[in-house]
Amino acid sequence: MFTATPLNRRSYRTQSLAKAAFFLMTVALVIPVLIILGTLVVKGGPAISWEFLFTPPTNNMTAGGILPALVGTIWLVVVALLASVPVGVAAALYLSEYAPDNLLTRVINLAIINLAGVPSIVHALFGFGAFVLFFDMGASILAASLTLAVMTLPVVIVATRESLQAVPQAFREACWNMGATRWQTIRKVVLPNSISGILTGVILEVSRTAGETAPIMFTGAAAYVAFLPQGVFDQTMAMSYHLYFIATQQTGVPEELTFGVALVLISIVLAMNAVSIGFRAYLRGLKKW
Amino acid sequence: MVGSAAETAGATGTAVPRYDESPIIEVRDLSISYNQAPALRSVDLDIYRHEIFGIIGPANSGKTSFLRALNRMDAFNPAMDVQGSIRINGKDINDWRNEYALRSRIGVVFPLPVGLPLTVYENVAFSPRLRGIRKKAELDEVVERCLTRAALWDEVKDRLDSLGSLLSGGQQQRLTIARALAQEPELLLLDEFSIAVDPVTTMRIEDVLRELRSELTIVLVTNLVQQARRLADRTAFFLMGDLVEIGETEDLFEGKVKDERTTGYIEGRFG
Repeated sequence: MFTATPLNRRSYRTQSLAKAAFFLMTVALVIPVLIILGTLVVKGGPAISWEFLFTPPTNNMTAGGILPALVGTIWLVVVALLASVPVGVAAALYLSEYAPDNLLTRVINLAIINLAGVPSIVHALFGFGAFVLFFDMGASILAASLTLAVMTLPVVIVATRESLQAVPQAFREACWNMGATRWQTIRKVVLPNSISGILTGVILEVSRTAGETAPIMFTGAAAYVAFLPQGVFDQTMAMSYHLYFIATQQTGVPEELTFGVALVLISIVLAMNAVSIGFRAYLRGLKKW
Repeated sequence: MVGSAAETAGATGTAVPRYDESPIIEVRDLSISYNQAPALRSVDLDIYRHEIFGIIGPANSGKTSFLRALNRMDAFNPAMDVQGSIRINGKDINDWRNEYALRSRIGVVFPLPVGLPLTVYENVAFSPRLRGIRKKAELDEVVERCLTRAALWDEVKDRLDSLGSLLSGGQQQRLTIARALAQEPELLLLDEFSIAVDPVTTMRIEDVLRELRSELTIVLVTNLVQQARRLADRTAFFLMGDLVEIGETEDLFEGKVKDERTTGYIEGRFG
């Protein structure tokens, strides 16, 4: 009675095969990451020093450090976040918590999806036309950051809206039934329970913002600026553009230096991710249902 | 014969009206539909102040839709369409421009308990805080009183800081009741409040509901016809979206009905 039939055995074999195949694919996913990181660490590692991080480049960028690019990238990311997070979160709150399901909201949703699909070079040209020329900001941190903000806005909106919608509707109705307004419900129940998901969207945005090259090329990044940016109307160097420039436009740059820049860039992104993930884990540990 | 029976009852005090015969809720020609599919058809009824008004009927007969309409919960569900008029304290509920103020005066308990992802304390303190109560002592008092009335205080008094959403189903149900009571509502709508609660606790809550009758009006939807018999002053029988019968609970259970289907349902012949 209690013996496996041939059908049972066949199902079991298929299931083992499926599991093995999925595992291999997962491993295959990790391999490029390891190769990239490994290469960067081996080839770029020797270039890293305090001096590398905290001095400006010298000799036509074939020697010296990366300080202006590092500081510039931080400026760009922070200003882009300041512009896109409030707008993105507010828009997501409206779409998720207030907007009725009608033609207009559907058109808006479609627009957001399309915005997410626009290539970054198109964003770059838009930013050049709109911010640099039309709004007369010139090539500046402000123009570059706003271009980055427009580009990453859909990521913030979609991630925020999804985490808002992960909060069960029953919680909202329970609050409304006690006479809480929509905003009181958002503030007391919805936001505290979706903040970790919203941070995920912000993490994604930070990573992308720090790494993008095209959108800042025409709008605010410069190949070489001798001084550190003093405000949002200055032009600036940036890590990603610096890397592009010394890797393709400049001759006589030691390989070690190029890999060193790449290593620092990826470390910034990974470090930001780590901080945000830690923060998320902390928030998630606090409560939830 | 009937008259003398009533006089005898009056002499022993049981026929003293248990509620004011002034309506708190006047429902006129109320029809509810979901995407054109009718759930309730042309219901007229009054609910009196300080009574427990029972609603019985099999599944899908419009009981819950009726409750949802009283609280203007159709605003939460675009598919739900409410026609007709509902007046509470003489004022049409759609004349409340601020629907939040209306809902804050109506406590609601639904069959699936919802413990908000807040602490037990904050769950109960939620609506007092909305009313602007800030003093800790005052909030403490409300929380303890409401949890006690909902027969939950003894179980949670040592863990008021744990999450309401992590309580067991039955405890969350009583938490929901405590939360509704903390609104200090004029009107309490209960939909199958005892579905996840054990019989002993159910009896304790029923005792509290009887006491509460002096302070507020209760509309009780229940699948347990005996619960309606125990609690309700008057009972309405809904069937397939129609109000079949409405009357004194005792009359209904003693077979003094206008429609045979009522007796059939009460005696469990269908439903």
